[in-house]
Amino acid sequence: MSDTLIKTIFGRLSWESFPIHEPILVGTFAVVAIGGGAVLAALTYFKLWGYLWKEWFTSVDHKKIGIMYMVLGIVMLLRGFADALMMRAQQSMAFGANEGFLPAHHYDQVFTAHGVIMIFFVAMPFVTGLMNYVVPLQIGARDVSFPFLNNFSFWMTTAGAMIVMASLFVGEFARTGWLAMAPLSGLDYSPDVGVDYYVWALQVAGVGTLLSGVNLIATIVKMRAPGMTLMKMPVFTWTALATNILIVAAFPVLTAVLAMLSLDRYVGTHFFTNTGGGNPMMYVNMIWIWGHPEVYILILPAFGVFSEVTSTFSSKRLFGYTSMVYAILVITILAYLVWLHHFFTMGSGASVNSFFGITTMIISIPTGAKIFNWLFTMYRGRVRFELPMMWTVAFMLTFVIGGMTGVLLAVPPADFVLHNSLFLVAHFHNVIIGGVLFGMFAGINYWWPKAFGFKLDPFWGKISFWSWVIGFWVAFTPLYILGLMGVTRRLRHFDDPSLQIWFVVAAVGAVIVAIGIAAFLMQIFVSIRDRNSDRLRDFTGDPWGGRTLEWATSSPPPAYNFAFTPVIHDLDAWYDMKNRKADRPTSGFRDIHMPRNTGAGVVLAGLSMVFALAMIWYIWWLAGLAFVGLLGAAIVHTFNYDRDYHIPAEEVTAVEDQRTAALAAHPQLAGA
Amino acid sequence: MSADPHAAAPHGHGHDGHHDGAPHGSRKGYLVGFALSVLLTAVPFAVVMLNGLATPNTAAAICMSFAIVQIVVHMVFFLHMNTRSEGGWTMMALIFTIIIVVIALTGSLWVMYHMNANMMPDMGMSGGM
Repeated sequence: MSDTLIKTIFGRLSWESFPIHEPILVGTFAVVAIGGGAVLAALTYFKLWGYLWKEWFTSVDHKKIGIMYMVLGIVMLLRGFADALMMRAQQSMAFGANEGFLPAHHYDQVFTAHGVIMIFFVAMPFVTGLMNYVVPLQIGARDVSFPFLNNFSFWMTTAGAMIVMASLFVGEFARTGWLAMAPLSGLDYSPDVGVDYYVWALQVAGVGTLLSGVNLIATIVKMRAPGMTLMKMPVFTWTALATNILIVAAFPVLTAVLAMLSLDRYVGTHFFTNTGGGNPMMYVNMIWIWGHPEVYILILPAFGVFSEVTSTFSSKRLFGYTSMVYAILVITILAYLVWLHHFFTMGSGASVNSFFGITTMIISIPTGAKIFNWLFTMYRGRVRFELPMMWTVAFMLTFVIGGMTGVLLAVPPADFVLHNSLFLVAHFHNVIIGGVLFGMFAGINYWWPKAFGFKLDPFWGKISFWSWVIGFWVAFTPLYILGLMGVTRRLRHFDDPSLQIWFVVAAVGAVIVAIGIAAFLMQIFVSIRDRNSDRLRDFTGDPWGGRTLEWATSSPPPAYNFAFTPVIHDLDAWYDMKNRKADRPTSGFRDIHMPRNTGAGVVLAGLSMVFALAMIWYIWWLAGLAFVGLLGAAIVHTFNYDRDYHIPAEEVTAVEDQRTAALAAHPQLAGA
Repeated sequence: MSADPHAAAPHGHGHDGHHDGAPHGSRKGYLVGFALSVLLTAVPFAVVMLNGLATPNTAAAICMSFAIVQIVVHMVFFLHMNTRSEGGWTMMALIFTIIIVVIALTGSLWVMYHMNANMMPDMGMSGGM
């Protein structure tokens, strides 16, 4: 075949695209291939494919989609953390004559992939997953507003994650840092496929994020149970509303800036190039207009989790509910007024820098108010130190330090010293791990019994907890110190041997965190194994003495969540119902109208992934074909009128009778 | 999605129904909107195409202001937005959108103006940097 023909068929893809000369990647591939092959074989052997497809992949049930988001987050956490371990290992050995084990070309991909994966494919799925699972239950709804769209959003996020994973074994990932700053990410400096993988993974996943944002806003605004006014909404639902408003307002900016970057790369425009009238500073400006709200998108739902957990485990109404809601809303607006603090040093001058420095410091006021609200909720409460509460207390101690280093960085002169240093790296890990991740672990431990009907094992949970908290501090305190000494981030090799000890300590910290992750997986395994034991099994649906509506349902809740839409009279709706001894309806059930499962989400996301991969590799015919297929599949789906069904009243009655019997045998905790 | 999981719920849903939805348009409304949007498109088009009618700066100003009016016309006549539709949520969303867009645009202009002034003093003389 002629070269032109091969190029037409395969685009940029050739044998050189497969990294068979890199032993680390070949080893990883072997492990993934063997492990993945074993999983696929097991699924086939136990004939689970049909079950997975019918019950999970095509499901439009918000609860199952929420759980799938969490699984995606956990899987990607392992990948992102493997990157972190490699970086810590490299930096702890590459001194003087020792070059370490990662060549620069590989190391640069590792730190880029670590950031991209941890933010977009770990933190975002965790946050979206929790919101998906909990919000409809908390507001007394049967599902989200657009159940099919929810399934589609999940698969688009997964497709984005798979595109990033593909870059590990076919071609390479970006070597630009997690925000792919121009002009480095332009075609002149990054001519290979790495940045294209980055752009398309985020564009595909971004569709999912944006649509799930629209979906959850519509759900919260339109589908609250009667009586649940805005100021009777649980705080987690409030944070979910604020987060999704931020998503809908911020993600289009990311989409636009990445679209302009791809125009620069694909058709030769000059938005962000050095030459031809482009302005790379505009890329930095725009990506941070999205990027700063993004950190609040991640942290607000974690704040929501802490609010629910603190109130439940202190057996008290949340202190300062109204101030909490206003703090959330103030943060939502202020999140858009601080973006320049990410590039104080780019040269906007004193007036601009002071404005953004001051707005940044102001945002710590509503955040501080929240901390005091949680503390006052605990004050004189009967605090039960179960796992979710332990994570919450660890969060408060850790996050306050991270917040204070953040206020320090908000001072422009200090930022000129600390910009781009390991101090900054320590700061944002301090707030993202200490805030978002601790929040997600609190949430997982808190709502797991709701999702599966048994608690998570506290022994392994405590090992995981202590390893995470101690490991975090051992890993990142040295980075604060190194940053203050002037060590910049993203370095692969060091000359000054006196620095090495700090990096070794940091590596030890990373290993302790690894134990925490292993213990977390062990916790899940042990809990599933012992799920029927007395210490873990929960028959009541309300194992913690909860206060919000999700605890009114059985664990796991039936597909329809609530047989009758509840009527809300008070803020802590379930606590109020328990106090009034409100009777659970046991008869008079009717048919329940439900959305039907559909495979369209998988098909559309799969075609999007093919389209993205074809674009990355310049395989134009395949891109065209996939795009036409995408439009076709979307149109065909609109002609599918078989979208709903009814759960017959007899079935509802049977499910509810079962629950009545379970409750009679296992009385619920009173309004503890 | 046509499937409304609440449709069969025995207790009607407080937010369903049409009483607080967006009002439907009338033929007159659509025609007025159509005429206005044609006018708002034709005028800037003519200003640009007929050279000499206005200086480039004036032409740009006319285009921008007509575009803003055009947005309002579309929202009122085609999207049927008013202060009452969807129980005020549409208006609330609009105000929020305007705040965010104004912050992003004015902020970017302000930031980029200062950066260009400080960091690219010989912009346009030797082709940048």
